[in-house]
This record gives sequence, structure tokens and C-alpha cells, in this order.
Amino acid sequence: MFVINCPYCGERDQSEFSCGGEAHIVRPKQPTELSDDEWAEYLFMRKNIKGVQFERWNHAHGCRKWFNMVRDTSNDKIHAVYKMGEKPPVI
Amino acid sequence: MTKYRINKTRFVDQTKTVSFTFDGKKYHGFEGDTLASALLSNGIHLIGRSFKYHRPRGIMSCGSEEPNAICQINNNTDLTEPNVRATEIELYEGLKASSQNCWPSLNFDIGGINNLISPFIPAGFYYKTFMWPKSFWKKIYEPLIRLSAGLGKSPTQPDPDIYDHKHEHCDVLVIGGGISGIISAKIAAKNNLKTILIEDKNILGGSTIYQNNKNFIIDNQKSNEWLMNEISELEKLDNLIIKTRTSLAAFHSYNYLLAKENISDHLPLDKKNGSIRQRLWKIRADKVIVAAGAIERPLIFNNNDRPGIILANSVKKYLDFYGVSTGLNNIIFTNNDSAYETAVSLFEKGISVKIVDIRKKSSSNIVKNAEDLGIKIYWNSTVVNTFGYKKIKSIEIMNLSEDGSNVTGNKHKIQCDCLSISGGWTPMVHMHTQSGGKLDFREIDQVFVPTEKSENHINVGSCNGDFELEEIVKNTNYKVKKFLNINEGGFDKISVLCSKESEKKNIWLLPNTISESKTKSFIDFQNDSTAKDIKLALREGFKSIEHVKRYTTTGMATDQGKLSNMHALGIIADTAGVKMGTLGTTTFRPPFTPLTFGAIVGRSVGKFFDIVRKTSIHEWHVQNNAKFENVGQWKRPWYYPINNENLHEAVQRESKAARDSAGILDASTLGKIDIQGSDASEFLNRVYTNAWSKLGIGKCRYGLMLNEDGMVYDDGVTTRLGENHYLMTTTTGGAANVLSKLEDYLQTEWPELDVFLTSVTDHYSTASICGPNSKKILNKLFPNKDFSDEAFPHMSYQDAIIDKIECRIMRISFTGELSYEINVESKYGKSLWENCIAAGEEYKITPYGTETMHLLRAEKGFIIVGQDTDGTMTPIDLQMDWIVSKKKYDFIGKRSLYRSDTMREDRKQLVGLLTDDPNEILEEGAQIVSELDKKPVEMIGHVTSSYFSPNLNKSIALAVVKGGKKMNGQKLFVPMENKNINVTVSDFIFFDKENKRINA
Ligand SMILES: [Zn+2]
Repeated sequence: MFVINCPYCGERDQSEFSCGGEAHIVRPKQPTELSDDEWAEYLFMRKNIKGVQFERWNHAHGCRKWFNMVRDTSNDKIHAVYKMGEKPPVI
Repeated sequence: MTKYRINKTRFVDQTKTVSFTFDGKKYHGFEGDTLASALLSNGIHLIGRSFKYHRPRGIMSCGSEEPNAICQINNNTDLTEPNVRATEIELYEGLKASSQNCWPSLNFDIGGINNLISPFIPAGFYYKTFMWPKSFWKKIYEPLIRLSAGLGKSPTQPDPDIYDHKHEHCDVLVIGGGISGIISAKIAAKNNLKTILIEDKNILGGSTIYQNNKNFIIDNQKSNEWLMNEISELEKLDNLIIKTRTSLAAFHSYNYLLAKENISDHLPLDKKNGSIRQRLWKIRADKVIVAAGAIERPLIFNNNDRPGIILANSVKKYLDFYGVSTGLNNIIFTNNDSAYETAVSLFEKGISVKIVDIRKKSSSNIVKNAEDLGIKIYWNSTVVNTFGYKKIKSIEIMNLSEDGSNVTGNKHKIQCDCLSISGGWTPMVHMHTQSGGKLDFREIDQVFVPTEKSENHINVGSCNGDFELEEIVKNTNYKVKKFLNINEGGFDKISVLCSKESEKKNIWLLPNTISESKTKSFIDFQNDSTAKDIKLALREGFKSIEHVKRYTTTGMATDQGKLSNMHALGIIADTAGVKMGTLGTTTFRPPFTPLTFGAIVGRSVGKFFDIVRKTSIHEWHVQNNAKFENVGQWKRPWYYPINNENLHEAVQRESKAARDSAGILDASTLGKIDIQGSDASEFLNRVYTNAWSKLGIGKCRYGLMLNEDGMVYDDGVTTRLGENHYLMTTTTGGAANVLSKLEDYLQTEWPELDVFLTSVTDHYSTASICGPNSKKILNKLFPNKDFSDEAFPHMSYQDAIIDKIECRIMRISFTGELSYEINVESKYGKSLWENCIAAGEEYKITPYGTETMHLLRAEKGFIIVGQDTDGTMTPIDLQMDWIVSKKKYDFIGKRSLYRSDTMREDRKQLVGLLTDDPNEILEEGAQIVSELDKKPVEMIGHVTSSYFSPNLNKSIALAVVKGGKKMNGQKLFVPMENKNINVTVSDFIFFDKENKRINA
């Protein structure tokens, strides 16, 4: 179980958080203008990387804020946490 | 004293006798004994039968690696416990233990017949034999296997014991209380670090605490004396917590560890009562020092499993720690020096001992010591066979060929009553690998040792591959200080003298004169897999160690292969001609030793298993005989039986009353979300399928919410309380998820919107009154209010006052009847409800539960999300096109409604079903077919809701059917176990199609 450094609350046990999957997938502004394939790409396709992955996390049993986290899925090392809307760090 | 209790030690109090029973017979041991040492002191070696061949098996070790001596403890229906290792359970007055896996008795076991037919039970036997015919499985094979297999019996009654969980934080956690753990803990604690030291035994000291040999000297004292002093100093340190009887179960990432403490397992029965049995510690440590020790390896030779064959270091512990001799005529069979310590110990107590060593010589101090004492040593020899059925009687040895691959010369038979074996040592790297650490293979002594890379934990002592006393002490001191950034003090100037091993030799499978297929050389003692099985698996094409393990079941018993994994790997490497280091190891998974379910769940049992949510009106429901159903965590009234009514009778009465006069429902559990902000209307536009901008203040609207994939997610009525203020309701079960989803969109996709969400589900209680007389009841409750259709139309809301209490009244309906929902602050819920009941008395107002609510809405064809939908239904599938806005540019899920898949015409669509026999009620979930004769039968849909309608006097059902929209009037079938039910597709609105009653 990791310790996650919530950008709003500080370090807390992983059990207080839930993971929301891959980060930086922006909901298309004009969905109706997308082809089925383009929409499916947004809706279904995720990278599921072994290694450094950018993820969305929610402090569900805490401040309830969403934020982003950079985690190496092969060893669970957390490289960075940053608020929604902030630029992803270069890892 | 028995003749096997030959020695007084400081660890067993021979003035305190403890009585216990084994297989119904009474024996005596002493305080400080384990069940195993007490049994051995009574001369008992035979403990159980092996799993597959039912061969007699005895105690083989003195710790958690024990594969054979597993017992059933107690015989109560609620307290019995299977698979308890006799080597780990501390003896207490009144302990009842029995052998497992033998029928009718330990000494006469009918399953032993398997031993005789064992040439026919090779690896994968069960996979190969019991495949065919299929019909034999249930009636013949499975009962047969179950009768002869299985390890012990489960309790049949709930566990009455109390278990506990506790969180702990520390700077340094030291795992293992042997010499390296003690040195580590002392260094850490003396440097002002909050330190926890855990040890699974009842006292600290590991194997050094009974090492009373002149070849092992620390600072001019025998190593056991030196360590004794260190422990008494350790116990004085303030910032050190010492936890004995506490075993590490799991080492997770970020130094999060679970340890199980036995609190009352060792206490006599009368002192156990009421105390906590076990506690699971959840420890978060800044630094972890693993000092888990090493486990002695067995040797693999023909018939190496007889009772009386014991690991050499365990023989030494029984002798020097418990004062028990495992035999009076001992032979030690070894490939290394450590077993000579056992030999010297035995000799010094006047017990006969000889040594068989596969090496040609060894010139270490301890070997010289044994030679000087005159102990007979057979160099360059191996055991080729053993004799004695229930206890070993003799062995046969032969010389090894030059390269060790064969045997030469004549067989030589030697009598004995105990054979100690030692195949070297395996570092306990389980903790290290559980935490994500990797391993390197060390050729010289054929061990896997931890690769040190982590900044958060280190391994010290023999679990790190340091086996000699001098390197253990000096390396531990050096490594711990470096790890903790400590520069001086402690053990820098210590002097250590010890015997050093000069010759090393290892043969994974010892050679024999007869072919392997005729030998029984056991590798995994608990699962009865042999060297022959592993070789067979390789011949049959299995290459990966993970596959060989599963096929032969090697390492898959309750001991998780602590003794067998290395030999399995070694034999695979030798047979396949590859280097052992390239094979990798199998994965060590937590827990290290089996955990009780009790320790895992802790206090979360019974009423503490989950939260129970009750409405403020709950007490009234209880007093009025309501039966409850669970909806999420909520308790909701299901129905209110009068006299001896059953569910059906009560629901028929309640449903009729609601439509004929008046009914009242506790609707407090519906999810409620308060939405405020200048962009609240825009937000609702984006999350619901229909339009919200033009909804007037004081008006209510039904909304449908989709997932981004276009599937129905939730529904409910939302009321506009003010210009920028809405109250949203959700389904009871969906409330939390809807709030999370809305928060997600607000925070991540639309942060520009000025909207605030607050969950207010618990803030309000709701009484929903419906039926043709509901308006009259409202008039009585609120005499100053105008309830005319003009002043208070359907789908609107008004504030009101009752007993000086403010309330919100919504005129909305889920039953199709004229209906009002009155909301008050929760604390006034019960008084509101009682007022409603009193006002409605003259109209025979009838409380109804969820079952009647479901029936009434089904008559009207209103869906329930989660019952008539299952995450694969679009609003179009539900024939709810009317609620999907064509004008809105976007809303959650809109684009998905135009995907080729969601536009298919043969998707399952919502329909009504009428049974040809109006009294036949379909089963919810029943499959629907259009052609009975077609093979294979094509299922075209299923029933989602089904009731007998008292208002229509016939059975009605909702169903989803492929292409159902166009099937009105078509005949279909619902095949059941004994019959086919004929049904006709109908409109799904069964009652009051014109919606007249809403304004009745
Ligand atoms: Zn937070």
C-alpha cells in the first residue's frame, strides 16, 4: 500500500484514494464532429503502460479533490503529484 | 521424566508439568515446550499420514517450515482448527491435538493402500485420470478424492474468538529476534530511533541463544552467554518495542507491513476466555531491517521421509533448547559443517552419534572437534536407503564416485533410531522479494541472496547469505550503521571467533544403485511430490518452474515449499542442463505463514461488518411490523404484513389501497444532491439527456443520466429551488457514485463552471403520499394551502409549514397516482410521518414498502435503473427517445448514441410481456426464446420485472428482447425447467395509458 502525497492534504495512506485511470485524456470539445473511430479512441483506448504512467487519482476519503500522479507501475514508485490543470512534469 | 528428556535447560521449566492429549491419549510435557517437543519427549515421532500416499510421517523440523507435523487442534464445532504446526504451537494445560489425514486411525490407515499402488499415481495423475467420462466426476471421482484427500476439518460454527487490528508507526522495524536482529535493534534504539523488534517465537535469541559450543566465542564468552547479556540490556531501552510471538505476514510496498501477534494461543483454556486471541499489526516503518534467518535444507535420497528423519539443526534445538533427545542412537547425514555442531552436542550429552558426510574431508575447527571426540565419520558417502515403517530403524550407505554422480562399492547397513539430515542453508528471502526486491544466485554455496538496491530496507544475517558467526556480527554492525547513517558506537570493537567452513559440496538428488523410477525421494513432503515427478514433468514438456510447480504441486502445500523449492529448482537445472541462476525462482506471496481468517477480518464481524443506514422513521416501521430489505447500506421497509400475510398477500393489499384511496411510502433514502452556482442550469444540461435551461423556478423535472458510452446510469427528479439552486434526487443505491461522477466532471473537464455540489441525502426525510385521496390528506395537513391543480400543478414544488416546521412539498409521482412528497429536516421525519398517518386515518392511508412501489411503477411502465437496465441499455433501447434532447449540442453520452453499435435495430429493447395464462407469474431473470425447436436454442432476451397486478387482475412483466420494439403482439416463449410459458409482447404501459389519474 503506497503513501500518496495529496497536493491538498499531504501524505495519506493509499486506502483513502481511488485511481481514475490514465491522465491527460481530454474530453473532445465537439464530440458530434468525430468519426466513430475517433470517438472510440477517446472513449475506450487506454495505454496501460508497464513503467512510468500518468494517472488520475481522487482523494475520495479525504478532500475529494482530483489530481494527477506520475507512477512507475512496475515498482509503484511515485515520481510526482500535481494539481489538475497544472503542466505534467518531465520524468 | 521420560527417557528422552535428557537435559535441563533454562528455556523449559521442568518444575511445571503441563498435561495434554494427542489422539485422545493423555501425555505430559513442561511449560516452555511446543507440542512437538512434548511429543518427542514422550518418544512420539509419528504424527500424521502424507497427503497422497498416506505414508507415515513424523516431526521434521522445529519451526514454521514444518511440512509433516500438522495437527487438528480441539474438537469443538466452533474452536477446532486444522493444519496447525506442532512445531509452532506452545504447549498449554488442556491442549487437545489430533492427527490429520488418516482414517480410521493414525496407526492403521486405509489410505496407505495408495502407497502400494503409487507407481500408478505419477505427477498430474488427477489431471490425467479423472477427465472422462464427465458424468463420473460428480458421483464417483469427487467424493473419492474428497474422502481420501483434504487436510483437516474446518469448524462448522462461527468463531467465538476475538481478533484485533492495530496501526503502528516507527522509524525502524526489525524483523527477527536472532543475533543479527538484536544487534540491529540495539544500534537503532540507542540512536534515538523509535524501533520495533518482532520475533515469532516466545523468546528472543534465535539459534545463538542455545549455542553453547567452545568454537563460537564473542568477546571471550560463549556466544549464548554473550547474547543473553545483550538481550537483558536491550530490554532496558526506552524507545524499543519488543513483540514476541509476532510473525511477519506480509511486506508490502512503501514499507507497509502486516504482522500477526498471538496473544492468548499459548494460554491454558481457562485463561483464554474473553481475551483477544490474535492481533494483526499494520505497521508503517520508515526503515525496515530484515533479519529473518535461514532454513536448513533436507537432503533428497530414497525413502527420506520416514518418522525419525529430522533436520540436523532441529535435533540440536530439541536437545539444547527443550532438553529433548530425538533419538538415543543417532546418525547425522550432511553435506556441510553445521551438522557437526549437532553431533558434538549429542556426544557431550552422552548420546550415541555417527556422521555420514558426502564430502571427502573438512578441516574446520568444529569438524576437528568432532574427530577429537572420537565420533565416527563416514566420508565421501551417501545414504541409499532407509528402513522402518513407523519409525526409522536403519540406513544403508555407499561410497560416492569421484564426481559424485554415482555410487560405488558395497552397501553398508547401520542401525539407528534417528537420522539427522542437513543439506545446507536457504536464506529466508521471502520478505525481501515480497517487498519487490530481486535476488542473485551465489554459485559457491548454491543460494539465492538479496540484491541490495532499496533505500528503505536491508537484509542482515543469514537471510542475507551471511552464515558464519563472525560475518553475521561484523556485517550486521557495518550494514545497519550505513543504512541508518550512524557513525560510531556499539559493536565496532567486538571480537568473534568461530569455526569456518572450508569445503563445500552440494548434490541436489543423491545417486542410487536402483533407477529413479523405483525410488521414493521426496522433495515436497506435505504434497508428496518426488524427484521422479519433477523429472516426469520435464519429460512431458514442462519447462517453466511455475508450470512444473503447478503440475507436480511441489511447493503448493500449506508450508508453501519452504523446504522443497530449492531442490525442485536444482533438479530441474541438473536435468535440463542449465545453470540454476538462470531459472529464476517461483514467486513468494504473502502471507509467509498461514493467517487465520479471524486475524484478517479483525473486529469487522457481525454488526460491525458494514454500516447500517436507517431513516429517521425507521422506529415507526419496526413498531408497525415492517419487513425490511437492504438497498445498498439502507434498511428500507419491504412490506408491512398484517396478521399472517405473506409477501404476496401484503403487496396485493398495499397496491390496491394505494390506487383506491391512499398509500404512504418512506422515500427518505433517495439520494439528494444540492446544486448551487451561476452555471447550475448549464451543468444540468450537460449531465442529463434532456434540456434544463427553461425549467421555471418552483418546477420539477425527471432527468436521465448516461455514461459517456451512452448507457443509462441513473435517473431521478430534479427541482429548481431558485435561479441558481437545484435539488437533484438519485436512486437510493446510486447516490454516492452519481456525486463522485459529477464531481469528477466539474473538477477535471469543466473547471470553468461555477457550480457547487453538496450531498444532502441524510439531511431530509421524505414522506410520499399517493392515491386519489392524497389531496384531501394534504389539505388536512396544510389547511392554509391551496392544493388545486391551478395553484399547485403536477411537477411543481412549494414551501409550507407544518407544526412550525418548514417543509418542501413536491407534487411528483412514481406510481402514476396523484402524489405528493413532503420533505422535512431529518430530525422531524418521524413526527411528520405520524402526522400524515393521523391525517390519513379516515381514508385508511396504507403504508407500503419497496415491493409495492416496484409493482405500482411496473403497472405504469416506469423503469428502475439497475433492475430493468444493466449497463448495456441506451435510452433508445428503453423506448425513452422522448427524453433525449435533439437540440442540445452535447451532453454526457450523446455522441455514443450515434455509434454504429448503439444504433443497431436488433439490440435488446424494453417491452411488456403478458402471459397467455393471466395467473402465471414469470420469474425475473427468465430467458425468452422465439423458437422452441431451434438448436442451439437462441435466447433473445430476458424478463427484468414481473408481478401479479391486483389493479388489472393479471400477471404483467417488463422484459428486454432483441428487436422488441417491432414485436408488439408477437408470441414468444419463456422455457422453464418443467414447462414452456407462452407469452405475448405488449406495450409496457399496462395501466392508465392516458395518464388521467395523475390529476384525479
Ligand atoms: Zn486530499
